Amino acid sequence: MTQWTAEQPIVSIRDVHKSYGQVEVLRGISMDIMKGEVICIIGPSGSGKSTLIRCINALNDIQAGSIQVEGQEVHDAKLDKLALRRKVGMVFQQYNLFPHKTALQNVMMAPIKVLRENPAEVEARARALLKKVRLEGKENHYPGELSGGQQQRVAIARSLAMRPDVMLFDEVTAALDPETVKEVLVTIKDLAADGMTCILVTHEMGFAREVADHIYFTDRGVIVEHGAPAEFFTNAQDPRTRAFLDQVL
Amino acid sequence: MLTDIQTYFRDLAATSPQWNFIWLYDDVQMGRVLTGLWMTIKLSVFCLIFSVLIGILGAWAQGARSRLLRGLVEGYVQFFRNTPPLLQLLFFYFALGQFTPKYSPDGWLEVPMISNVGWAIISLSFFAGAFNIEIFRAGVESVPNSTREAAESLGMTRLQTYTNVVFPLALRISMPALSANLINLVKTTNQAFAIAVPELLYQSVSIWNDFPSAQKPTMLMLLVCYLGLVGVLSLGMGRWERKLRIPGYGA
Repeated sequence: MTQWTAEQPIVSIRDVHKSYGQVEVLRGISMDIMKGEVICIIGPSGSGKSTLIRCINALNDIQAGSIQVEGQEVHDAKLDKLALRRKVGMVFQQYNLFPHKTALQNVMMAPIKVLRENPAEVEARARALLKKVRLEGKENHYPGELSGGQQQRVAIARSLAMRPDVMLFDEVTAALDPETVKEVLVTIKDLAADGMTCILVTHEMGFAREVADHIYFTDRGVIVEHGAPAEFFTNAQDPRTRAFLDQVL
Repeated sequence: MLTDIQTYFRDLAATSPQWNFIWLYDDVQMGRVLTGLWMTIKLSVFCLIFSVLIGILGAWAQGARSRLLRGLVEGYVQFFRNTPPLLQLLFFYFALGQFTPKYSPDGWLEVPMISNVGWAIISLSFFAGAFNIEIFRAGVESVPNSTREAAESLGMTRLQTYTNVVFPLALRISMPALSANLINLVKTTNQAFAIAVPELLYQSVSIWNDFPSAQKPTMLMLLVCYLGLVGVLSLGMGRWERKLRIPGYGA
């Protein structure tokens, strides 16, 4: 295997197929994502968006095709999943914080337990990350004492604490109140501005249009259309894309 | 003060022979009660610790990939849950006890490696452990899969996920059922009486066999002792439960 370099795609997806029993959810998906790019995947529910993003950090397996992160095959039986997940951070729709740990402890846990880093250093980094996601003063609050938007920002900080190269966002604003959606989107926008490679599954069309470098539209397990946001939103070619955009815009 | 009390009860025994609180004024009988109480406490503490360990390990093994391991744990749980604890105790001591190797501490006497106290601890721990496995399993199953996935997506291994996330949450959910089972365990330790473990009930029966006039007071004393022991345990468990409570989580 040749050494991966930053000129090559950081995430490379080739003809991926995935089924749940008889139901084929992904039917040949390919995409290349370069370092520092922000990618939005949109499409009707059940089109396989979330499944695809979960395959990238091996939370789901695939039946055929290939997914490579920094040149490393994700669905290789010999793969060290731990090494992969160190490179790929994931944020979930339901935040999935550890309810028995404070915001600060949530952020600190993985670097200390998984990377075995020095707790004092991790704490300094965790505090800085919580500040970065605008949660200064909430360090000692438990998830149950925070709003949905605040919890989601703790979850983003928790992922960032592992210093990933790629961040996956799986409909991270779908469970939030409209007024808290914005604070989470601002956080992601900051990240993108810092040069983090982000792959988002989202229903926030305005946001996708503003921050994405590239938009993919999926329907029934295939990529129907993709392009730069300006082109995609104004000049969609496929009738399925147009029908979807008519409904959501 | 103490002698006044002892004098009072010595007089009471003389005037009302039914109420002979002999272990309050007779040092030998008092010693029997205290050693019995101490043995009951030791039995309880060892069985509590071992049964909780069995519960934790068993609940972990029930989530293992190996079907054989899961089957073994399931068989163990079914066997110990569905047979009477007294029968288990007798079986361990009389049936399995025959096959334990013996050793000779003084060159004359042959002593089995595991004493009757040892068998009581083993048997009662296995008995309560079977229930603890089921209790912890219910707790583990109530932890949402998405919380587990979050831990895995951060690169945690299965063991790290279990010890840092799943078990701490499961324990909180299991606390009320765990308290009830451990209280039952403390009360069940007196079945060790059947294999002559010198615990509180055994010593008490010995006392009233020697001094029939002490039977009623000794029974009262037994009830009070168990009330006290269980009271201390349930107070402790309640305190622990409150300490584990997470702000903004659960009811």
